[in-house]
Amino acid sequence: MLIDFFEEVRAAGVPATPRELLDLIRGLQADLAFAEIDDFYLLARTCLVKDEKYYDRFDLAFSSYFKGIGSLDELLEKVIPDEWLRQTFEKFLSEEDRKKIKSLGSLEKLMEEFKKRLEEQKERHAGGSKWIGTGGTSPFGHGGYHPEGIRVGGESKNRSAAKVWEKREFRNFDDSLSLGNRNIQVALKRLRQFARTGAAEELDLDSTIKATARNAGYLDLKMVREKHNSVKVLLLLDVGGSMDDHIEMVEELFTACRTEFKHLEHYYFHNCLYESVWKDNNRRFNERIPTMDLIHKYGPDYKVIFVGDASMSPYEIAVAGGSVEHFNQEPGQVWLKRVTNNWNKTVWLNPVPEKYWGYTQSISMINQLMEKRMYPLTIEGLDAAMKELVK
Amino acid sequence: MKFTGTKNYVATEELQLAVNAAITLQRPLLIKGEPGTGKTLLAEEVAAALDMPLITWHVKSTTKAQQGLYEYDAVSRLRDSQLGTDKVHDISNYIVPGKLWEAFTSEKQAVLLIDEVDKADIEFPNDLLLELDRMEFYVYETQETIKASQRPLVIITSNNEKELPDAFLRRCFFHYIRFPDRETMQQIVDVHFPNVQQELVEKALAVFYDLRDIAGLKKKPSTSELVDWIKLLMSDELARDQLLSKDASSSVPPLSGALVKNEQDAGLLERLAFMMRRQNS
Repeated sequence: MLIDFFEEVRAAGVPATPRELLDLIRGLQADLAFAEIDDFYLLARTCLVKDEKYYDRFDLAFSSYFKGIGSLDELLEKVIPDEWLRQTFEKFLSEEDRKKIKSLGSLEKLMEEFKKRLEEQKERHAGGSKWIGTGGTSPFGHGGYHPEGIRVGGESKNRSAAKVWEKREFRNFDDSLSLGNRNIQVALKRLRQFARTGAAEELDLDSTIKATARNAGYLDLKMVREKHNSVKVLLLLDVGGSMDDHIEMVEELFTACRTEFKHLEHYYFHNCLYESVWKDNNRRFNERIPTMDLIHKYGPDYKVIFVGDASMSPYEIAVAGGSVEHFNQEPGQVWLKRVTNNWNKTVWLNPVPEKYWGYTQSISMINQLMEKRMYPLTIEGLDAAMKELVK
Repeated sequence: MKFTGTKNYVATEELQLAVNAAITLQRPLLIKGEPGTGKTLLAEEVAAALDMPLITWHVKSTTKAQQGLYEYDAVSRLRDSQLGTDKVHDISNYIVPGKLWEAFTSEKQAVLLIDEVDKADIEFPNDLLLELDRMEFYVYETQETIKASQRPLVIITSNNEKELPDAFLRRCFFHYIRFPDRETMQQIVDVHFPNVQQELVEKALAVFYDLRDIAGLKKKPSTSELVDWIKLLMSDELARDQLLSKDASSSVPPLSGALVKNEQDAGLLERLAFMMRRQNS
């Protein structure tokens, strides 16, 4: 009986498995939720959804399944009387918005717009990318009103409070990034270099046996220090400009690096590396650190990971004075060469998909400078990059 | 056997259902949520409410899955053999049971809390799959199988520092403790301080939710911090009067050290208060 529901949930992008469906049915058999849709909702969510970021998708699937409504369009036309819609609509609109409505012609026209927008957002959502409110140019404003308010209101027709799944409170948690944090961590795991540091706490069996034998059979315990991951990583991150499109992906990578590596240093640069970098983006113009200092400070045992899209004008790499932000005495390529000369374990991770690399000249220039050690920021790319670093 | 919260712990309907589902279907329950929303406390309160012994396994970054099952203390056996003790002939004298073993063999059905599972190595949850599923494991040294006589109620908490493997998640029930809304928060405060002035609580809650709304706070204050703060306010008459008399928006809330726990946030609050004062004057 629940198979359709299960399909709907899966179609909404919640990774539920048959095992969990069986759990849900077992739960129903055990009378955990009997003839009460709220209880059923909670039970189904507990059984089928295992991450809060999927709560929103589940809520959508749940409401669409239990309304028996195929699309939002029908919901708009059939379930909610236009009259009512108009009322709430107006309630949510500010003076300013009302003026805007007038400029759009009429409420009818706005309703048309609104329906279109709603459809568009549904589609986009089903496509897997997340949307946060409406854009600044939207005729609906951005603070006072957002489309799912319609759904909330749709319930209040029955004089009951809005249902939990209609509130969609977990909307913000949804992320549809292909690079999950766990995947990144698993890939980063390759870059482990175990060394013994800290207090001697672990029994060293081999030397204990040797020492005991030498001690005429009397036990002589030998301890060693525990193994820790001692790999040292210097992360150089491109910020601003075209990197803004990739912020989330880079943040994920950065978080994963933070938890994985104890010795992690990070610095920022813009577009291409020049004579100085910075640690805090709020103070990028005041507190700059000379790149030379990095070269002196971090020994050749550090592994250097650049993260950047390498998309810029070729002058920014090849010519002195080519930087977009300041006058650089030496071209970027000189600095990149210094880095690769100082640290021979250097890779460049590029969030731009590999198939587009050929279209940007600067990407191939940097790839050349990095001696072909540029990898796309995907799981495979990360894996390959880590392999390169431990070689 | 049903859990409905205790007199010290307010459980929302959602949470009750999740706990009861885990009890009835004997599945581990994974609890996530902001720090300070009572994840660890839940296990203690469930154990108290259902009159079951609580066995806590605090996971650290160095914890291995095997430590939860058992450890073979080879070193003391070696030492005993040197001293010629009789005990040495039976290997089972040197098998030290872990928390899972303890929970499996507990006389009464137990609550097993695996606290902060995300602190451990990324493979840790995978190493416990079979044990949590079948509630049994094999001891190689003594060649016996330890099987749960009564399946313990397993509660696992996570602070979301690492993502957990899919195979592990499939075996658990999941509940995310949302940050309590105002009503629930009022209940929580009532439970902790039955005799507190209503006016004080209202004012405190208003300040607290305002504080949570400030954009840019590094760590938003959570339930446990609110409870601590009210406790402090009640013991400090001066601060209480300050909170009740003054317009809360134009100054830093009294004893704000209990709510805001790092210097950047404290600095932010002071700057905001300063700006408010300047606007008002």
